[in-house]
Amino acid sequence: MQNKLTVSASPHIHSSETTTGIMLDVIIALTPAAVVSVIFFGLHALAVLATSIISAMVFEYVSRKIMKRSNTLGDLSAVVTGIILAFNLPSTIPLWIVVIGTFIAIVIVKQMFGGIGQNFVNPAITARIILMTSFPSLMSTWTQPLVTKTGADAVTSASPLAIMADITKSADIKAAMESAGLPSLKDMFLGLRPGSMGEVCAAALLIGFAYLLIRKVISPIIPLTFVGTVAVCMLIAGRGSLEFVAYQILSGGLLLGAIFMATDYTTSPINRKGKVIFGIGCGLITSLIRLFGVLPEGVSFSIILMNIFVPHIENLTTPKPFGLVKEKKEKNKEEAKA
Amino acid sequence: MSKIVDGVLTAVGKSRGGITVPHNKNTAEKAVVRMEEPKTVVLPMQQHIGAPCEPTVKVGDKVDVGQVIGDTDKFVSAPIHATVSGKVVSVGEVYLAHGMISKAVTIESDGEMRLSPDVKPPVINSKEDFIKAVRASGLVGLGGAGFPTHVKLNYPDDKGVDTLIINAAECEPYITVDYRECIEHGEDIVNGIYSIQKYFKFKQIIIAAEDNKPKAFRVLKDIIDMEDNKDKAVKLMTLRSRYPQGAEKMMILSATGRKVPPGKLPADVGCVVMNVGSIAFIGRYLKTGKPLISRSITVDGTAIKEPKNVRVPIGTRISDVIDFCGGFSGEPKKIIFGGPMMGVALSSIEAPVCKQNNAILAFTDNKYLTKKRRDCIRCGRCVEVCPMSLMPTLIERYAKAKDVDRLKKIGVNVCMECGSCAYSCPSSRPLVQYMRLAKQVVREEEQKNAK
Repeated sequence: MQNKLTVSASPHIHSSETTTGIMLDVIIALTPAAVVSVIFFGLHALAVLATSIISAMVFEYVSRKIMKRSNTLGDLSAVVTGIILAFNLPSTIPLWIVVIGTFIAIVIVKQMFGGIGQNFVNPAITARIILMTSFPSLMSTWTQPLVTKTGADAVTSASPLAIMADITKSADIKAAMESAGLPSLKDMFLGLRPGSMGEVCAAALLIGFAYLLIRKVISPIIPLTFVGTVAVCMLIAGRGSLEFVAYQILSGGLLLGAIFMATDYTTSPINRKGKVIFGIGCGLITSLIRLFGVLPEGVSFSIILMNIFVPHIENLTTPKPFGLVKEKKEKNKEEAKA
Repeated sequence: MSKIVDGVLTAVGKSRGGITVPHNKNTAEKAVVRMEEPKTVVLPMQQHIGAPCEPTVKVGDKVDVGQVIGDTDKFVSAPIHATVSGKVVSVGEVYLAHGMISKAVTIESDGEMRLSPDVKPPVINSKEDFIKAVRASGLVGLGGAGFPTHVKLNYPDDKGVDTLIINAAECEPYITVDYRECIEHGEDIVNGIYSIQKYFKFKQIIIAAEDNKPKAFRVLKDIIDMEDNKDKAVKLMTLRSRYPQGAEKMMILSATGRKVPPGKLPADVGCVVMNVGSIAFIGRYLKTGKPLISRSITVDGTAIKEPKNVRVPIGTRISDVIDFCGGFSGEPKKIIFGGPMMGVALSSIEAPVCKQNNAILAFTDNKYLTKKRRDCIRCGRCVEVCPMSLMPTLIERYAKAKDVDRLKKIGVNVCMECGSCAYSCPSSRPLVQYMRLAKQVVREEEQKNAK
């Protein structure tokens, strides 16, 4: 009997939370947006989603096998990366480009740096940026959602962000916005506008956000500071036009990025203060790119840039160990006395 | 600031982090039963923090209950007393529960439990007498750490100690002996408090327990109201049930709002903290003169047939205690000495119960105790729950890299190994083990530099 006793370091009980469970929660939170994207963009969207998930899992399995590391398919993180990458692609994207994307995300960005928890930039975002620069036209061919389409074929159309880029330059913002032919704010909220698969429907993304908050998977700090900073910047740029702010928040990949990508555990700061800095940084860079950059969208670049700053943010925001603060204060007091 | 609700104070300071653990206080309503003395007791010479004792008896000696069998002239130590009457059958070495080797005296009981003539109530006229008597009683902190109580009381006068905190938090799951102490021996607790107060004159004495023990509060409140508490020095305080509320530093913060700086003692912030079992013992000892020869422990877990609170003679083998509780109900997979958060997993049940042990827990199901280990995902739960504001995930990283500078900067030595980080880790990282490794890495480097 005595040889069979388990001896291990304390503690001897653990919470029921597991990595797999957390990833499953993220997948559940992504589901509303996934369902919407298939309804909006049809079967090809489903094919893109499936290709992305399956190829991500295959690359995860094969690369770990080749690197002689343990099989980590069970933690479901590859599935999450697959879904998020698909969300970042236009629904018309050829499937072979999707596979290149997951290869970049899983093999190059994630596994070559040591696998889950070790990559220093977000895998899906990096893949999206590389695809964007490699296949610029395919990556920016957005279609109108099927439900709003009037013509027989998918018409490629400019995304609202591209339209809005010039609006700030005009003297009368209100008039410029009215004449620009933007979708209504309600359509923007429901996702009835051209865009990447997962980013269009704000409503679905917000449902996912609420679920993640209820399940305490993520802290609201990064999404709120990120979107909040963009809102403030756009309020200034739009000379007080709240409508302009609303369009900016609902267009592009801001909500998708702020809720699901900037909050990636591995590539965002752990401490609350760090999260605030990270969120504000993302918001500023996004706004600068949107307002002054050549590209219409800045969310992915802002997140990847802030990812790189995370170790420095972490150094700046390391909490003081218990009791240490007081000691310093006392020292100051003593010095003040002397 | 603190509020008074039904004559009970609420916490003054708010601690950060911590975790909600399943209480599993299954034995809370089980009165402590006295276990008859075992055939042999094994009494290690190291049952406390500090210098080990030297045996003062030899093989063949006849000993009586309460007779000193081990002592030392070092101050930070506590004498060991015979817990049964009978014959010394061996003076040798034994493995203690956590794998350390200690000298030990084994006594074979003659079944008479004959009390030693040395056992008589101490005569106390001054603070010094009091401290001396406490040392002679062999008392060490009964809450788990085993720090000799007389050392705690022997603080220099210029420290400005004004507060005595009686720790009845009992934040570890399963363990209920402190709770039983409050319910069954409230008088001893209050006696202990007033006799200490006579010589030490604390400005305030705070009895603090988690808010899941209202019954204990009712009992204590009645006794305190009956006794002489005109200056209202003795106060009851309720703390929120959040592990590790009972840890000394957390306790001081909650009760007084003061923070003990790293490397400092409670006395440095004007506090003395004693476990409720220790103060009740003092209350009894001053009346009877009986030294610390038995203690209450909780025996529980899925592998125990009849979970109980048992008063056992110190030195009783764990296997004898388990037999007293009906033996095992199924094959045990893990046996823990102490609570599930900070206790030690045993490789053998031959080790004796020592002064500072408060529970024996045996489990049949390993699944409940472990989950699949994966790589860290930097979710930050460990940082969120750390009551000491540390970053366990980074400490693991730096410990592996043996990065002493960073480990020092991040304050690893403040860690009290409460296990909140490892409990909450979704990837089941053995973080407490890494904390210990990290401290060892720092210690080694410091020793190297000292040379």
